Amino acid sequence: MNSITQPEPAIDLSPAVSDAVKFTTCYMCACRCGIKVHLKDGAVRYIQGNPNHPVNKGVLCGKGSAGIMQHYSPARLTKPLLRVGERGSGEFKEIEWDEALGIAQKWLGDVRATDPKKLAFFTGRDQSQSFTGWWAKQFGTPNFAAHGGFCSVNMAAGGLYTIGGSFWEFGEPDWERAKYFLMLGVAEDHDSNPIKAGIAGLKQRGAKFVSVNPVKTGYSAVADEWVGIRPGTDGLFVLALVHELLRTDKVDLDYLVRYANAHWLVIRNPGGADDGLFARDAAGKPLAWDRTSNAAADAGLAGLNPAVIGEVTLPDGRRAVPVFQLMAERYMAPEYAPAAVADRCGVGAETIRRIAAEMAEVAFNQTITLDQPWTDTWGRRHETMVGRPVAIHAMRGISAHSNGFHTCRALHVLQMLLGAIDTPGSWRYKSPYPRPIPPGPPPAGKNAAPNTEMPGMALGFPQGPEHLLLDDDGTPCRIDKAYSWEAPISAHGLMHTVIANAHAGDPYKIDVLFMFMANMAWNSSMNPGDAMRQLTDKDETGEYRIPKIIYSDAFFSETVPYADLILPDTTYLERWDAISVLDRPIGSSHGPADAIRQPVVPLDRDVRPFQDVLIDLGARLGLPGFVTAAGGAKFASYADYIANHERTPGVGPLAGWRGADGQSHGKGAANPDQLQRYVDNECFWRFELPPEQAYFKHANKDYLDTAHAMGMVGAANQIVFQLYSEHLQKFRLAAEGHGPVQPPERLRERIRTYFDPLPIWYVPFEQAAIEQAAYPLHAITQRPMPMYHSWGSQNAWLRQIYARNHLYMNRRMGTALGLVDDDWVWVTSRNGKLKCQIRLMEGVNHDTVWTWNAIGKRSGAWNLDKDANESEQGFLLNHVISEWLPAQRGDADGTRTANADPVTGQAAWYDLRVRVEKVAVGEEGRTAPHFDTVKRPPRMMPAARTVRYGEKT
Amino acid sequence: MTSIPTPLAGAKKLGLVIDLDTCVGCHACSVNCKEWNTSGHSAPLTDRNAYQADPDGVWFNRVHTYEAGEGQASRTVHFPRSCLHCETPACVTVCPTGASYKRAEDGIVLVDADSCIGCQLCAWACPYGAREFDVDDGVMKKCTMCIDRIYNENIAEAERVPACVSTCPASARHFGDFNDPASAVSRLVLERGGYDLMPEMGYRPTNKYLPPRKAAAPAAVVPAAETGAGSGLLRWLDRALSR
Repeated sequence: MNSITQPEPAIDLSPAVSDAVKFTTCYMCACRCGIKVHLKDGAVRYIQGNPNHPVNKGVLCGKGSAGIMQHYSPARLTKPLLRVGERGSGEFKEIEWDEALGIAQKWLGDVRATDPKKLAFFTGRDQSQSFTGWWAKQFGTPNFAAHGGFCSVNMAAGGLYTIGGSFWEFGEPDWERAKYFLMLGVAEDHDSNPIKAGIAGLKQRGAKFVSVNPVKTGYSAVADEWVGIRPGTDGLFVLALVHELLRTDKVDLDYLVRYANAHWLVIRNPGGADDGLFARDAAGKPLAWDRTSNAAADAGLAGLNPAVIGEVTLPDGRRAVPVFQLMAERYMAPEYAPAAVADRCGVGAETIRRIAAEMAEVAFNQTITLDQPWTDTWGRRHETMVGRPVAIHAMRGISAHSNGFHTCRALHVLQMLLGAIDTPGSWRYKSPYPRPIPPGPPPAGKNAAPNTEMPGMALGFPQGPEHLLLDDDGTPCRIDKAYSWEAPISAHGLMHTVIANAHAGDPYKIDVLFMFMANMAWNSSMNPGDAMRQLTDKDETGEYRIPKIIYSDAFFSETVPYADLILPDTTYLERWDAISVLDRPIGSSHGPADAIRQPVVPLDRDVRPFQDVLIDLGARLGLPGFVTAAGGAKFASYADYIANHERTPGVGPLAGWRGADGQSHGKGAANPDQLQRYVDNECFWRFELPPEQAYFKHANKDYLDTAHAMGMVGAANQIVFQLYSEHLQKFRLAAEGHGPVQPPERLRERIRTYFDPLPIWYVPFEQAAIEQAAYPLHAITQRPMPMYHSWGSQNAWLRQIYARNHLYMNRRMGTALGLVDDDWVWVTSRNGKLKCQIRLMEGVNHDTVWTWNAIGKRSGAWNLDKDANESEQGFLLNHVISEWLPAQRGDADGTRTANADPVTGQAAWYDLRVRVEKVAVGEEGRTAPHFDTVKRPPRMMPAARTVRYGEKT
Repeated sequence: MTSIPTPLAGAKKLGLVIDLDTCVGCHACSVNCKEWNTSGHSAPLTDRNAYQADPDGVWFNRVHTYEAGEGQASRTVHFPRSCLHCETPACVTVCPTGASYKRAEDGIVLVDADSCIGCQLCAWACPYGAREFDVDDGVMKKCTMCIDRIYNENIAEAERVPACVSTCPASARHFGDFNDPASAVSRLVLERGGYDLMPEMGYRPTNKYLPPRKAAAPAAVVPAAETGAGSGLLRWLDRALSR
C-alpha cells in the first residue's frame, strides 16, 4: 500500500477575528473581571479576558468564556408577562411595558400612600445594591436587602466589627510575598481568577499552601497540605492554633498594643451596667495602664508603656483588666488545647501543633523587611516595612454556619496575634478598606410613614441595642426581622426568611413582594418546596397570603411561575452598570478601582435593564430624588443616574474622572462625560497607591489621608483592631438586664451567650438540637468552578461539564454502609428526604457528604427539556434544609427561630445533618423530590436540539 | 495510509506544557477553547442535545478529574487532555485519505475537513482519545493549536497563543517551540521534569506534562510545654512593649 503524500491544504492563518471590539465587565459570576468582546457580523464572536484589567489581567475562567451561550440562551424572557392563571401554574399573557409599568406603579403607589413597609423589596446577586438600596430608602420601606444574608454576612460583619475590613473579596493575601498561606472554606466564585493566579504564584515561589476544607476539590487539590476538617469546627481549630501560639509565647505583642486594643482596659464589675465595657476618660477615650507612670492613660498615646497583664484600680475606684489578659486567660485554658479539640475537628492534635509552629516559624523567623519608609498615624517615620508573611483567607465554609460570625472573628484574632494584617507577606485590605469599626451609620427602618422616605439606608451597622429596628413594643420593624433581637447585627438582612414571614404575616402582613434576580422558588431558598407552597397559599377569603409578587429576571427561572408580574431584564452584554465604590468595587490592595458595564450588543427583544425600570418607576411614583422640582423624571436612564447621582456632595457611584473637567478622582462634582471616559479606558478606573501607602493602611498616615481625600473614610484616624468587641458586650449587657432596650425573655439567654466580646466556638445549632445517631453525617455543598448557581447549569456549554450531580461520600464510610458508586440513596434530615445517586471518594472528611451546588433544576425550567439530566438525576440539597431551627425550649410559644447565626442572621446552610440509606428495590431511577414540569411562558419556543454556533454560512 | 513529512530544516515543534502542580480543574481552558474554535478553523464545534438529556458536543480540550491514592495521601488530580501533536501520530498514518496530516513547518496535526470521509479510523488509532467526531458534519475535528490565532496578524503579537494558554488563570498552560532549547517550554520541561504521556506507545507526543511540585515545609519545631514561673500569664506581666 502506498502512503499518501500530498501538498498541505492552504489554510487561512490570519482570518479576521472581529469587525468591532468592545470592553465591558463580566457577570458570569461575582468576580467582575474585565472582558474584551469581539463582535462579528452583529454577533458575539469571542469573549476574552482584558489583559489590562486589574482584576483578571487577561485571563478568563470557564464561566466567563461561556458568556456567548448565556447571552443567546433560549431561556431569555422576551416581553413583560402578567399572570392569568393560578399562581404557580405558569399561565401568563404578554403585555406591553406601558401596561406593566402602570400595574407596578399602581401596586407600589398604593402601598407607598398607605403603609410603605408593606413593600418587601429584595434583590439577589444584584451588583447595584447601592442603587437598589437607595431606591428602597426613597420609597420609604425598611424592607430591603440583597442576598448577602444567605451568603457572606458572617464574614462581612465578623471582619468589619473586628479589623475594619473582611475576607471574601474585600481582602487578599499578599500574593507576591506570602510564604505561608492558610485557606479555609473558600468558595470558587468570588475573586476566583485572582485566587487561582495567586496560588500559582505562591507555588512557583515555593511558599507553603495549606487548605482547610472538608472536601478536597478545586484549590484544595493543589494545596501542599489538605486538612479535611469536620464542617462547623473551624473556629475550634483556629482557637486551638491561638492556644498554641499563646502557650509557646509566639505572639507579636508590640503589634497587638500598637494596632489592636490588646492593652485597653475592660471594666470588671460583675452585674453592673458597665461590666465589660472599656474604661474611658472624660472625653470618652479608652484607657490603658501605663507602666512608666503607673497610672491609667489614653490608650491611643504614642509613648505609652502599656500593661497587658494585671488587674488595676481606676482613679474612680473601679477595677479593670487589659483585653490581652482576658483573651489569654480564655484561650490558654485546657479546653482549647489541640488534644482537647482534635476529635471534634477531625484533625490530629499533632497536626494542629505543627501548623501553629509552622505559622510561628514563618511569621517570626522568616520576617520580610522592605526598605520602604512610611509614616504612622502618630506622625512617626519608620525606615522599613516589616512583614510577617503568613496570609490567611477564608470564605463560605466559615460563613455558612450558625457559629460563623465568631469563627470569623477568631480568624482575625489569629491574624492579630501573628502580627499579620496588612503587612508585607500577610493578608491585606483591598480598597476601600480598612474603614472605621463599624464602617457606617446604623440601619434606618423605624417609623415607616405614608409617602415618606426613610431617613437613612436600610442596611447599616448597629453599635448597640439602641440601634435595633424595633417598634416601641419590641416588634421587629422589618419583615425579615433583621436588626431585631433574633439577629441584631444582620448587616445584610435575612432574605431567607422573607417569604415564610410574609406568608405567616409575621411580624406583619405585606402587600407587594418585589424581587430581582433571586431564584427564591428554587436554589436560593432553604426548603424550596415550602417556599413554593407559601408563594401560592391563599387565606380563608381566597386571596393569596402574599397578595402581589413582582419579579425581574433575564431568564425563565424556577421563580418566574410564582410571580404575578414579570419585568424581563437584559443580559449583561446589553446594559449599563456601575461596579460602584458605594457597593462592591474592584479595588485591590494596590488601591481603589471601579468599573462599568456598557451595552456591547443591541437589544433584540422587548426587555429592559432592571435598573432602568427602577429609575422609571421612581419617577412615576414621584420618589424624592427621582423627580425634578417640576415633577419630571430626574434621570433619563440608569446610565444618567450613574454619571450624575451624588450620594453626598462630590461622591457618586463612580470614583474616576469626576469634576466638570474629569480631572478629579474619588471626590468631585458629577461629570456628564464620565461614562465615556470609562469606555475610553476599557470600562474601568484604577488608582495605584504609592509604595509608602501600600501596607499598614489601618495606621498609615499618608494612606489614611489619601483615603480621606478620596471619600473612603470620614476621618484619617487610626483604625484600631477590636480583639475585644465592646459593641458585642453592649448587647450582652442588655441581655443581663441593663438599659432601656432589652431582649424578650425567650431570647435573653441566647443573646447573653452569643454576644461574647471575645470569639467563642459552639456546636452548630442544628447539630446541637438533633439526635446525633439519627443524623450522623454532615452535608454541605461546593461551588463547581465552572458554574455560578443556576445561571451556569442552563448554559449549553457549561451543562456539558456538569449536567447532573452525585452525593459524594468518604469511601470508608460508604463501604461501612454497604454502598457502591451509583447506588441510589435516600438522604434524610430532620426536614425531609431526597433521593439521589452516590459516589465514593477519598478526599472528603470521613463524616461528611457533599454535592455540587445548584446543578439540580426543576423540570422544564430555564427552557431545558423536561427530561434534562438536571431534573432527572440532578438534585438540590436545599430540599432537606429547613429555614427554621428545630423547636427549642424557648420556642414553646410557637415562635420560630431562623436557621441562622444568632449574631448576624447568616443562613446556616452548612449546619445540615443527614443520614444516608440505600433505597428499596424499585425506587431507583430518578431523583426526588421531583416537581411537576413548569409551563413555558407564551411564545418561548422549545430550545433547539442542536447548536452549531459559529457555523460558517 | 498517510505519510508523516520529514521536518524541514529549522522547522518548529509547537506544543503545550501543562502544569499539573497548579491546575485546579476550573475548565477555563476547555470552555475558552470551545468559544474560540466554534467560530474558528474547524467551525462549528457542534453541540447535540444542547438543552436536552445527555448533552454532548465537540470539545478540543477536556478536563478530567480523578483521585489517585488512598486516604489522607490521596491526590485529587485535574487532568486537561487535548491532542498532543505527536511526532509520529498514529492518527495521521492511519488516515486513508490524507485528511489527517502533520504540518512540516511546525508539527501541528490537523484535519482537512474537505478530504475527511468521517471513517473515524484516526479516533480508533489515537491512544489519547484526542479526536472529536462531529456527527452533524460527519467529519473528524480536533485541537488545531489555534492555528488561526498563533500566526494571525489581526491579533496583537502578545496574544498569538492558543486560547487555552491565554485564558488559563493558574498559569498552568504554556505554548512554545520545543525545537528551541531556549524557549520557555523547553526550559520548563528540563527544570520541572516534564514528561510524556504513555511514552511506551511510541508516538512521541509533543505536549508535555509537569508533575506536582514538592513544597518545602517551614522548619517548624513545636516548642515544649513550659512550666514554672515563666509560664502562663505571668511571663507577660513585666514585658516592656513598644507602641
